[in-house]
Amino acid sequence: MSLIHRSSSLLKPLAAGPASLLRRSFSSVTDDDATKITVETSVPFTGHRIDPPPRTIDTTPKELMTFFVDMARMRRMEIAADSLYKSKLIRGFCHLYDGQEAVAVGMEAAITRKDCIITAYRDHCIFLGRGGTLLEAFAELMGRKAGCSKGKGGSMHFYKKDGGFYGGHGIVGAQVPLGCGLAFAQKYSKEDHVTFTLYGDGAANQGQLFEALNMAALWDLPAILVCENNHYGMGTAEWRAAKSPAYYKRGDYVPGLKVDGMDVFAVKQACKFAKEHVLKNGPIILEMDTYRYHGHSMSDPGSTYRTRDEISGVRQERDPIERIRKLILSHDIASEKELKDIEKEARKEVDEAIAQAKESPMPEPSELFTNVYVKDHGVEVFGVDRKEVRTVLA
Amino acid sequence: MASIFQAVGAATALSSSNSFDSKKFYLSSRKSVSERKGSIFVVRSDGRMNSGRVGKLVTNAVATKADSAAASTASKPGHELLLFEALREGLEEEMDRDPRVCVMGEDVGHYGGSYKVTKGLAPKYGDLRVLDTPIAENSFTGMAIGAAMTGLRPIVEGMNMGFLLLAFNQISNNCGMLHYTSGGQFTIPVVIRGPGGVGRQLGAEHSQRLESYFQSIPGIQMVACSTPYNAKGLMKAAIRSENPVILFEHVLLYNLKERIPDEEYICNLEEAEMVRPGEHITILTYSRMRYHVMQAAKTLVNKGYDPEVIDIRSLKPFDLHTIGNSVKKTHRVLIVEECMRTGGIGASLTAAITENFHDYLDAPIVCLSSQDVPTPYAGTLEEFTIVQPAQIVTAVEQLCQQ
Repeated sequence: MSLIHRSSSLLKPLAAGPASLLRRSFSSVTDDDATKITVETSVPFTGHRIDPPPRTIDTTPKELMTFFVDMARMRRMEIAADSLYKSKLIRGFCHLYDGQEAVAVGMEAAITRKDCIITAYRDHCIFLGRGGTLLEAFAELMGRKAGCSKGKGGSMHFYKKDGGFYGGHGIVGAQVPLGCGLAFAQKYSKEDHVTFTLYGDGAANQGQLFEALNMAALWDLPAILVCENNHYGMGTAEWRAAKSPAYYKRGDYVPGLKVDGMDVFAVKQACKFAKEHVLKNGPIILEMDTYRYHGHSMSDPGSTYRTRDEISGVRQERDPIERIRKLILSHDIASEKELKDIEKEARKEVDEAIAQAKESPMPEPSELFTNVYVKDHGVEVFGVDRKEVRTVLA
Repeated sequence: MASIFQAVGAATALSSSNSFDSKKFYLSSRKSVSERKGSIFVVRSDGRMNSGRVGKLVTNAVATKADSAAASTASKPGHELLLFEALREGLEEEMDRDPRVCVMGEDVGHYGGSYKVTKGLAPKYGDLRVLDTPIAENSFTGMAIGAAMTGLRPIVEGMNMGFLLLAFNQISNNCGMLHYTSGGQFTIPVVIRGPGGVGRQLGAEHSQRLESYFQSIPGIQMVACSTPYNAKGLMKAAIRSENPVILFEHVLLYNLKERIPDEEYICNLEEAEMVRPGEHITILTYSRMRYHVMQAAKTLVNKGYDPEVIDIRSLKPFDLHTIGNSVKKTHRVLIVEECMRTGGIGASLTAAITENFHDYLDAPIVCLSSQDVPTPYAGTLEEFTIVQPAQIVTAVEQLCQQ
């Protein structure tokens, strides 16, 4: 963060108030978008068979604030999900993303909603980034009607079709061929859009990944494979599972880029670069070096295979939200108090969404049999005893 | 939008006609869930209750033909072709009709398909629409499903159905369940097809009957074709369906010849086919075993029996309407299938018929299936593995004795 250009006019100090500070701050600054701030990524990119992009990036105060707000909201959502799980309102599996927010936010900033994203089960924050609401997320987690999948999917099955978010998949690695299918469809329809297929360092050892990569490279599909390397495949450290943990190199003939996944600007730069690359040249692998503070899921304490010092060390030195906070403060874009207020606002938003989600009812019993098949055939779906009939309409 | 209601169970009188004519259905009056005995509870998929008679029934684009197979062979003018050509014709017509339809599989493009089903399509439609994939079943099935999520309508060809075991995860979790787990946001209109069944000494791994493994997957439909007529019709219907459909072909049936109509037609995916009406016994079968049954039927007729032969065609869901009508007429059921004894289609069908039509049976259901062994290579042993016409004749005689 060494190169800093100060903007000519500073933000006026804001009066304290309950209303959303963000809205007020934007409206009171007139030359927000014209103000350019240049930042440098924490570490340079490393390329495999490709020249990496530059590490200096231009941004604006507005973008910085948006990043901060989005990541604060995501962080708050995940922490709230933790408490909901412990109070048994969320059951089953719940995989939390806190620590990895920079990947979701940075990727979103580099692309449009027509580009597709598909990921595995650690999908709450990506869903939010794609335009999902907190209400839909919490209602789905609690299995309620207002959930994004009507309560029938659960934590691992968030989808948002109109936001270009294709899920939400429980089986490790199975989403990678699906992602290549999305890219295939984009190429087939001759759209100028790309697909980001996310997987973890654990899934990087799945055979179907290499099968899919081979096909994507063979047909020059616009697929960007993003390995969110948080260094642990559930309880197994990466060096114990992979002979070569340099995941960005494992594409062999497919170029790769190693990115600091805790730095939202690095992620944005890499994704932008990747999108331009694949539209011309076929697939690329991005390895996001990131970290999760929680265990693999809520049933994993996360401390049996790594030390608490390691976790707190990363939190102190590499936390994505802290990095943005420091940038904002050093550029005088907002004060310490304003940022704290934004976090409080996020907390309030999340609490309201949870309260609203709790009011949403459980799905009707008849919902058990809907959406098994699509409506347009007279297919009978039976209850277990084959005596109750449900009809699907034509 | 119209609702098609089908009553199953003793409570409602059913039409005795064998054709799928929905106008002849009766609707039972609405009953609450608590009064379960013999009542039928209808819930529309949008959650509202259906009370009384349904409104105007819209006969949609799927033109169904009743009692098709026997009639279509010789009497109509049309054109003669082999089963694999019929499949190709259906495929080509659908690809012409809808640019989103594409094919992917091993050797479907330049080679023309290992059973020539896709011959000539790659030069016509291009390499992207008739895609030669590497040997990676799991991934290209997954790819097809991903493409279907965006709106394409891919047809996945398994060179042999047995290879699709490698793609079981994709078929079960993503293909079958995505529509449900996404709360209806995504539809997966894929068709997964390929030859299966016991061939001529192909060995254990290439003689598998995957319908028994796939039948439990919720969200998919399974159909099995047996004649050129229904092969083309089912192929077209499967492609047009919004649900994922698995179309089971049989290695030994590709060279069957039949005369099919020139005009466009589609077979109903959920309908069974009445092959030979009769009075004494209902014989349910599908795919290649249909021909063994018909051979046995000739012998049986000479011996004075009158078997009713139904090709069930729809393996998931079963056409219990046609089957039920038949059971109510003949009171005896024989199932002849190529699946293995344990956990096969016959096992499920036996359970379904027993549960729903128990009162109408005069004798226990007999199910003739293949032996629970890997299919041996030796020709004689292979013959013993599957059901032969002589066994069918014996079983009918025994059943009719009771």
